[in-house]
Amino acid sequence: MDAALSLAPAEARFTLLHVTSPAAADAAHGAYRGLLGRGGPDPGDQLERLAQASAADLMEAAARRLGRPSDRLEIDDYAERAVVAASAGADLLIVARDGDRSRLGPKSLGKTTRFVVDHAACPVLLVWPEAPPDVGTIPPPPHHPHHGGR
Amino acid sequence: MNAATGETVSVLALLAVLAWAVIRPRGWPEAVAAGPAAVILIAAGAIRVGDAGAEARRLGPVIGFLIAILVLAHLCDDDGLFRACGAWMARSAGGRPRRLLVLVFVAAAVTTAVLSLDTTVVLLTPVVFATAARLDVRPRPYVYACTHLANSASLLLPVSNLTNLLAFTASGLGFGRFAALMALPWLAVIGVEYAVFGRFFGSDLGPRRQARSQAGARAGAGDGGLPVFTVTVLVLTLAGFVVTSAAGLSPAWAALAGAAVLAGRALARKRTTPQSLLRAADLPFGVFVLGLGIVVAAVVQNGLGTALRPLLPAGTSLPALLAIAALAAALANVCNNLPAVLVLLPLAAASGAGAVLAVLLGVNIGPNLTYTGSLATLLWRRTLRSHGEAPNLGEFTRLGLLTVPAGLVLAVLALWAGLRVMGG
Repeated sequence: MDAALSLAPAEARFTLLHVTSPAAADAAHGAYRGLLGRGGPDPGDQLERLAQASAADLMEAAARRLGRPSDRLEIDDYAERAVVAASAGADLLIVARDGDRSRLGPKSLGKTTRFVVDHAACPVLLVWPEAPPDVGTIPPPPHHPHHGGR
Repeated sequence: MNAATGETVSVLALLAVLAWAVIRPRGWPEAVAAGPAAVILIAAGAIRVGDAGAEARRLGPVIGFLIAILVLAHLCDDDGLFRACGAWMARSAGGRPRRLLVLVFVAAAVTTAVLSLDTTVVLLTPVVFATAARLDVRPRPYVYACTHLANSASLLLPVSNLTNLLAFTASGLGFGRFAALMALPWLAVIGVEYAVFGRFFGSDLGPRRQARSQAGARAGAGDGGLPVFTVTVLVLTLAGFVVTSAAGLSPAWAALAGAAVLAGRALARKRTTPQSLLRAADLPFGVFVLGLGIVVAAVVQNGLGTALRPLLPAGTSLPALLAIAALAAALANVCNNLPAVLVLLPLAAASGAGAVLAVLLGVNIGPNLTYTGSLATLLWRRTLRSHGEAPNLGEFTRLGLLTVPAGLVLAVLALWAGLRVMGG
């Protein structure tokens, strides 16, 4: 959010994108159905409601932090393709890095972000979700420099 | 009715019961098909009335035991046990996703062992999801951990899984001895699951330093103190399982006593209603298990038992135990672990307690292989979901391939070692 504010021109239009992956709720639905014959509420439904509430909270917090007019786009789908589809027509896609955030170093791209970077239909900006750690946290050089570490 | 006709009719009845469970016409419970299917088989002479009665007398106490556990878990939830568990996880994990994974593993493994896998799936999973959301970490690894451990961590106690309860009576073991023999396999499987999850979800579990996580953890500290009375009753109930069993009584009495104490207190304080308790007891599920048991007994008696017997190795040597567990896992994936254990128990019981426990390793760990362990669920997943392709089906299967074979082999090794040391 801070990166967006510091880099974007004054007249830029922002779209806040949140993708709720159905993976977790699906797993709960499936586990419940696996309990052949049990009655009672399906925990997957509860997860879907919780996910919606959590997404709304997150959107609200992001919009407050941005403090400028913005569009909101909330998608319920697997994140990879949903984000790529949303990137069409954008001038810049800002994504946060993944992985260990206590030090500089890999892996900055998880599986999902990797897919988005590989397929995005616009330039992508990878940012630290908070202030980056000190440069001294970079891991020591690997033993086999030709292989470039892990 | 001759055996061939009897077998055909029985298999058709079983398929109809399972198909009903997959499709669930109008959302009607599975019991609507399983009850009449059993009655039809008895009326048609595919199973003798005496045999069906014997099956019902065998299943009745088991179902009663399960109902007591379900009610106990429901009352624990009413008393805020799982909310307290969520608050504890949020507080202890702070902004550390990997630590949260450890805590979720502990919570899911203990909940499953003590209050059965149903409780983990239905009551703990939503709490875990909410905790992850509050800490601003991705919920997927934790929810998957719950669904996996609901199966694989249900090895420890007879009460952890309906399959165990069925096997417990067939094995002739006491409660304490069952737990002692299953403790090592239980730990081995949880170890495998943790090692795989830590790597599989590596990029989701990196440490973060976000203010929101800390705020979430602090917010979590406020609500949900530990319900001391409820936990005390639970601990006494657990002790009661061992004591009643050692005294030659059914441990179901301990479960009933624990549920009665919590229910009496909740009713007296007007915190629950008889209707709510009745819903938690899930009587249609009891009818379903009874019906399914009679249908499966008909299938086994009319020929499947004879057909399967040569496949099931005798004795409790390591290769025999491995083969039994593998066969049980395969069968649990083809139909579902409940029919699988009903089919295999009478055959394995002849080889003794070790073979019965090997069946349990297979039917409890195996279901993680194909999404939630049944072709039925797979079919459901394919037909009812409107999301088009389902990437997480592939992901779930990969996770199953990484955990199930390794977990199964290590668990069988642990069981075999336990049987050598403690004697079958």
